[in-house]
Amino acid sequence: MTRTFALFAAMAALILFEGFTGGWNTALGIMNMGLISAIMALGVNMQWGYAGLFNAGVVGFVALGGLAPVLIATPPNPGAFAAGGLGVLAAVAVAAATVALAIYLNRRGSLQVRLLAIPALLIAGFFIYRAIFDPASVAIEAVNPSAAGNLGGLGLPVLMSWPVGAVLAAGAAWVVGKTALGLRSDYLAIATLGIGEIIVAALKNEDWLARGVKNVIGIPRPVPYEINLQRDPGFVDRAAALGIDPVAASTVTVKLAYAGLFLVVLLALIVLAQMALNSPWGRMMRAIRDNETAAAAMGKNVTRRHLQIFIIGSAVCGLAGAMMITLDGQMTPGSYNPLRFTFLVWVMVIVGGSGNNLGAVLGGMLIWFLWIKVEPWGNNLMDFVTAGLADGSALKSHLLASAAHMRLLTMGLLLLLVLRFSPRGLLPEK
Amino acid sequence: MDFLNAIVALLNFVIIPASSYGAQLALGALGVTLIYGILRFSNFAHGDTMAFGTAMTILATWGLQALGVSIAPLPTALVALPFAIAATAALVLGTDRAIYRFYRKKKSAPIILVMASVGVMFVMNGITRFVIGVDEIQFDDGTRFIINARAFRTATGLDEGLALRSTQVITLVTAVLVVWVLFWFLNRTRTGKSMRAFSDNEDLALLSGINPERVVAVTWVIAAGLATVAGSLYGLDKSFKAFNYFQLLLPIFAAAIVGGLGNPLGAIAGGFVIAFSEVGVTYAWKKVLGYVLPEAWAPEGLVQLLSTEYKFAVSFAILIIVLLFKPTGLFRGKSV
Repeated sequence: MTRTFALFAAMAALILFEGFTGGWNTALGIMNMGLISAIMALGVNMQWGYAGLFNAGVVGFVALGGLAPVLIATPPNPGAFAAGGLGVLAAVAVAAATVALAIYLNRRGSLQVRLLAIPALLIAGFFIYRAIFDPASVAIEAVNPSAAGNLGGLGLPVLMSWPVGAVLAAGAAWVVGKTALGLRSDYLAIATLGIGEIIVAALKNEDWLARGVKNVIGIPRPVPYEINLQRDPGFVDRAAALGIDPVAASTVTVKLAYAGLFLVVLLALIVLAQMALNSPWGRMMRAIRDNETAAAAMGKNVTRRHLQIFIIGSAVCGLAGAMMITLDGQMTPGSYNPLRFTFLVWVMVIVGGSGNNLGAVLGGMLIWFLWIKVEPWGNNLMDFVTAGLADGSALKSHLLASAAHMRLLTMGLLLLLVLRFSPRGLLPEK
Repeated sequence: MDFLNAIVALLNFVIIPASSYGAQLALGALGVTLIYGILRFSNFAHGDTMAFGTAMTILATWGLQALGVSIAPLPTALVALPFAIAATAALVLGTDRAIYRFYRKKKSAPIILVMASVGVMFVMNGITRFVIGVDEIQFDDGTRFIINARAFRTATGLDEGLALRSTQVITLVTAVLVVWVLFWFLNRTRTGKSMRAFSDNEDLALLSGINPERVVAVTWVIAAGLATVAGSLYGLDKSFKAFNYFQLLLPIFAAAIVGGLGNPLGAIAGGFVIAFSEVGVTYAWKKVLGYVLPEAWAPEGLVQLLSTEYKFAVSFAILIIVLLFKPTGLFRGKSV
């Protein structure tokens, strides 16, 4: 307990140090993304720490969660739904019905049915789907293409999109888990790697949904805009009374408001996760993780429990994805890089302490802090190393240019060192 | 005439590109499957090993070019390959000694080794970027075409051109040679046989006096060689970009699993299954169908099943189908 407290105090001190040396705006910026990273790490920790499942597609679930603010909070695109909304819905219904029928036939049908009817059904279903879907998506993309060209949102408060993001990610997790769980452990890793790539590819290319790489900007915020605060005489007076420049005060206020929202979600998740982990359900999960055969012999359905925890963990990642898009105020599918959103989250969980919720939270904040800070440190290091070299020499410019790649190297080394010398992480599981 | 045109278009846009891509995937999947058979984990660092190997090939190529070495009309990179393989083998042997051996001795769960390979992936990715940067690099300096599309059209009088790039032929020839040497090695030599024995039954192999560390070291050297060759061929054929090799990981894993993890023959078959499906599904069939079908039936759209951005979806779909119906793969692999 003292170790937990000391390490969290040290983390707070790092943020405060950054605030005093680098400015409160950057410090709070790092802290906000750190809180979101902590939530992602909590989700991955549920899968890995509670159940030993390796999810290599975190980026996909985060990206899918990020779709929710676009669908819920952006203003509607008038006429788009009339143009092709029903067509898209019908196409999705055809696709779902085809797959459901194929699964049913696969379970019930004879060998001939399985070998002949299922491929025929799937091929026919695919062409019907394309025949309905293609004109509908083209029609949607033709509505107001310069400003929107997508289905548009519902215009609801953005906070409502957070649980929706979790539900979207949970749905994708159900599909993957249903197929890949129950087989050998690395198959889940490879299947999730695939679904991650596909979700990101879909977000980049399905312009009718979230404008693809044209990006959605100006997603409504749950907190006031800086410019409105600066125009509010009451706010300016209060800032002046504290002796702060109103512009700086407004940015810090907005960031603090976000931090408050994120903290509420994070604390709620920690409380729920701790209660779950200490309940009979949590004991069962740990028993399954530590010895699947023994747990199965005691009558526990291992595959079902794995599916359950996989869905819950992915939902938490989706929630974090929705929160991140809310913080950024824009959806840029091109920025979902698996190294940043899958494997970095893994480093957070392993370094923080797999199986320990508070460890994952600490790891999330700490690794995010390092991820941001290693680049300037790398630049400084390279400046120092190359100080003796002549200006303009090829080696010097190469070394200076490659300082940017220090991040990946550092994170990989950190993961390997922790895995080897302290596999239980900073805050070990009890 | 229309029928000939259809065949030429099919060769030009589907069969030739898919064959060379399939050979590249097969070589990559062979590396993954060998590591899996001997060390019993899925090596996530394999894509970045390929990237590192290719980076070494590029550096050696530049060095050789500076020395004035040339085997025109073939690309200099082929001469550079042995140096690159040596460098990559040294790196993976060092990695094994520093990282994987510890977990092997401890008999850790396979998933821990997978996790360690993720760490290795990060480090190798960092090293590759550090050594060669993130820019796109073309390092093919040989003749570009064996058959030129325009020359083919004038020579045959067909409407469709047929382009055969030298890199595609080099890829196929090299792949056949490498696979032939590998299978000769696995089936005929003492070391190869001990590797197969170790893969089939570790305890029995140990009992009959096979040195496990030697088997593991040989496996890593072979995997490094395969990764370097596969990566360099891919780079010659398309171009080198470090991040692309990370994305090759999914089709390579899919190829290895579809063929049956741990089964070398399966990896080759899997590579071609994935490549042909990927190219076939993302190719716009309008042209070929337009030649074959009667005029009234000629398609209006592109007849492209999926846009090329979704090529990963093809590997993924095949992977899922195989996992659902035949988890051990087409050729019986391990499913422990």
